[in-house]
Amino acid sequence: MCENVIEIRNLSRRFRQTLALDNVDLEVPKGVVLGLVGENGAGKTTLIRHVLGLLKAKTGGVLVFGRNPVTDPVGVLGRIGHLSEDRDLPGWMRVAELMRYMQAFYPNWDEAFAEELRQRFELYAYAKVKTLSRGRRALCGLLIALAHRPELLVLDEPSSGLDPVVRRDILGAIIRTTSEEGRTVLFSSHLIDEVERVAERVAMIHNGRLVLSDNVETVLQAHRTLTLRFPGPLMEPPQLEGALSCNGAGREWTCLTNGEIESFRQAALAQGAEIIEEEAASLEEIFVSRVHGGKQKV
Amino acid sequence: MQIRISPTDGIPIYRQIVNQVKYLVASGRLVAEEQLPPVRKLAEQLLVNPNTVARAYRELETAGVLSTRRGSGVFVSDNGSPLARGEQRKILNDRIDALLTDAQQMNVDTDEVIEHVRRRSRHLKRSE
Repeated sequence: MCENVIEIRNLSRRFRQTLALDNVDLEVPKGVVLGLVGENGAGKTTLIRHVLGLLKAKTGGVLVFGRNPVTDPVGVLGRIGHLSEDRDLPGWMRVAELMRYMQAFYPNWDEAFAEELRQRFELYAYAKVKTLSRGRRALCGLLIALAHRPELLVLDEPSSGLDPVVRRDILGAIIRTTSEEGRTVLFSSHLIDEVERVAERVAMIHNGRLVLSDNVETVLQAHRTLTLRFPGPLMEPPQLEGALSCNGAGREWTCLTNGEIESFRQAALAQGAEIIEEEAASLEEIFVSRVHGGKQKV
Repeated sequence: MQIRISPTDGIPIYRQIVNQVKYLVASGRLVAEEQLPPVRKLAEQLLVNPNTVARAYRELETAGVLSTRRGSGVFVSDNGSPLARGEQRKILNDRIDALLTDAQQMNVDTDEVIEHVRRRSRHLKRSE
């Protein structure tokens, strides 16, 4: 039941001076949709490249289906469908040629399903890949990722730079993949509302470090935004125990808390503040607070 | 069935589905014995995780709004009316609470609010 499709242990990765991944531990259980969120350059793609075995773990380890993707690429990659960020498809091929070409790599390629996807995505068989619009090219990449009915679907920024119609197609594909039994999806995105909709688990990555990894539901329950009213105007954000960030000006400040709401309440009362509003926080607010802390002011 | 998911307002998505289905039943847009779309279909339509929809359906079933018939799907329960009334009251309560909170912040007392409500009601009737 609780078998992990992806298991990452103490993974660190350094590119010269930059620490791209810092001691990352991550598990993706079978059948789960995991959304990986982070800023540009946070390490999402590096993490994904380790899962695909394109980068070799120097410290720590990565197991996919219980195997090492670097030493056993056949056992791993044949069961993964992958859509990369830059959708590196050969531009000179025609769609039908590309489909035949990719078929050779995947023993489980489902020709009828591939054709069905081609029609659903409105890809003209004789069009050259390089002439396709950005959206069609993304769908072409998605077709190739899906047509061998992979057990694990890995999508790196699948919807960046795409119009809402194509984005819907991609999200729909994720949902269909997961509702077919036992299939697992790992996708990275900086569109947090997408992650909130589609993913069951969320992992937030910041400067190579995993700052949060849990069920979306649990994360949303643990965080709340509270608006405080202080007796006098404050020039600086208040320092309160249990607050991830505080934004505001003058007498009213809105703080995001994590878990320990009681201790936050106590701290606020001790500073003479009154809690005037309490609300649930959205995943986006949580992400911004986690990443920026109290740095930014509104 | 018209359900809108807004991921930005902080309410968990399964709860948004639960609330809106209850609202549709209470307002009579979903009637007893009417069939709801299967989990997968609704998940694809709303673009949310199927488990989220399944959870909402489970909750609605526990609340007695929906009932599952093995092999044929999910239906609106036929003991709809008393529950619908309870739901109607709940929907109104939420609105009233919001109104009273606003009034309190503006230092308007409850009697004055009630007087306001009466006046608006007369106004609405006149303009009909």
